[in-house]
Amino acid sequence: MPDASSVIVLDRVSVAYGKQAALRDVSATFPTGAVGLLGPNGAGKSTLLKSLLGFIVPSNGRLEVLGMNVADRALEVRARLGYMPESDGHIPGMNAVMFVAYCGELAGLPRVDAMQRAHEVLYYVGLGEARYRNLETYSTGMKQRIKLAQALVHDPDLLFLDEPTNGMDPKGREEMLELIRDLAKNKGINLILSSHLMPDVEFTCDHLVVLSKGKITASGTIQDLKGPAGRLFEVRVKGELAPFIAALHAAGMTSHETDEDVMRVFVPGDRGSAGEDQRRICEIAVTSRVQVRHLKASLPTLDEVFERAVGES
Amino acid sequence: MSPIHDQSYRRYQGTRQPPGRGWAVIAWAGIRNLLARKAFLAFILFAWIPFIVRTVQIYVVTMYPQAGNLAPINAKMFQDFVEQQGSIVFFITIWAGAGLIASDRRANALQIYLSKPLLRLEYIGGKLTILIAFLLEVTLLPALLLICMQIAFSGSFAFISNNLYVIPAVILASLLRVIVAAFTMLALSSLSKSSRYVAVLYTGAIFFTEAVYGFLLVVTGSSRVAWVSVSRNMDQVTDLIFRHAPRYETPTIVSVLVLIGLVIVSISVLERRVRGVEVVK
Repeated sequence: MPDASSVIVLDRVSVAYGKQAALRDVSATFPTGAVGLLGPNGAGKSTLLKSLLGFIVPSNGRLEVLGMNVADRALEVRARLGYMPESDGHIPGMNAVMFVAYCGELAGLPRVDAMQRAHEVLYYVGLGEARYRNLETYSTGMKQRIKLAQALVHDPDLLFLDEPTNGMDPKGREEMLELIRDLAKNKGINLILSSHLMPDVEFTCDHLVVLSKGKITASGTIQDLKGPAGRLFEVRVKGELAPFIAALHAAGMTSHETDEDVMRVFVPGDRGSAGEDQRRICEIAVTSRVQVRHLKASLPTLDEVFERAVGES
Repeated sequence: MSPIHDQSYRRYQGTRQPPGRGWAVIAWAGIRNLLARKAFLAFILFAWIPFIVRTVQIYVVTMYPQAGNLAPINAKMFQDFVEQQGSIVFFITIWAGAGLIASDRRANALQIYLSKPLLRLEYIGGKLTILIAFLLEVTLLPALLLICMQIAFSGSFAFISNNLYVIPAVILASLLRVIVAAFTMLALSSLSKSSRYVAVLYTGAIFFTEAVYGFLLVVTGSSRVAWVSVSRNMDQVTDLIFRHAPRYETPTIVSVLVLIGLVIVSISVLERRVRGVEVVK
């Protein structure tokens, strides 16, 4: 059910391109703040964003953005949204400041305000010096920034960023992620970051929604999805396992056997160092009379969360 | 000491216009963009030469009435003027219209436009306004000014009161040419990402239908087949508007229906092609 802390509510949404289903009966709530929309290519991320913008009409279900039904109030929804598309897009024959001001006017800003905001936003995204250059002369990284600028010029309450770091060099990518993080953390703009790059999502977002084959396979805070605080180790031992596992549990640790000949031992808490935890596991092995053949830190990463969610592990 | 200007992102505190004026923003930007091209501006000025010639004609006939035997001032003169401007309409339609949607499609701009609080109808309306504004500027505006010149030079409303239908006829005939050309060109522009290809397509459509008419005229020996040509249909309907006998054997209602059909097909094409997302099935 929608509440004040959610910006998007999806209720049994299905979208199909002809016979090809892109979203299958998707229900989810996107909280305020920065939400990462993660999924492999073709998972339905862009389709979901385009449905929320009203570009695509779902065959079934209801989409609500900022408390408004997209089907009934698409214009009002779009007035409060900023959309940074995945593919390059600009208005031909314009320089950056004209383009961004034009987008501001289209979004409902008076002309003078749109022009003023265009200058401000271009400085903010790092294109201040290049704002009078024709857009067709921009590099890939600059085109990404200009797309962000046009999405921001009318000061949206919710920003859709579709693969915002595509084609950017490492430095540019870092700067773009810093901008996105700043918008979400310091400027109070809610955003949905659609990406297949886990580090991007992890750096900028608090929440995560994982889409796979048109279905949501995981959602929640990144912290929750990664599991409780603690350290994970891969352990392979020779000898009697039962007493060793019992001793681990007695020491407050948990263990899970994997398909391979390796068990995963989770040491809760984040005090001390990984070395200390490894020493404790070795001590337990000695007292349990087993030989440690392999002991390696295996921190739960977002990659693992993603792999679990899309069933690739 | 002045404070350092904050170049960080600031929330917008001003007022916002309600949705519904996007078409005007698009139209105004498009008009400014075209007027900034010197060659286009020069052509627009060139398009007024027939107006100057006709103005001289009106002046001479008013001053020397016997000159009216050679170049009379009557309703037919205004019809001829509107029809002569047809060739200028053709060139301006290609110049101003071919890239209107094609360039946006090439630059992926439709998704930018339609992610704003803007209806597809407003986008199409804005683009149409650009083309219609320039076409009316070389058809309706000079035609109406010619009527004003006639009144000014003669110093009476006698001509107008004797030919009351001339003003609505000039308006209708100009709008007919402008609307058919604008809708057709905009629909063609939405079909491609290349404005050059669109220009070729439009030229081809006009000349091909004309060639087909010429061929059928030779084969059948009757101008009953004039309905296949876009420009002949316009001439036929213009005759009706100016209360003259139709110049072709094609029933005028058929010409009217062909032109209405062309506009409806264009609207249908625009409805299908102007979308925020292109679905490849």
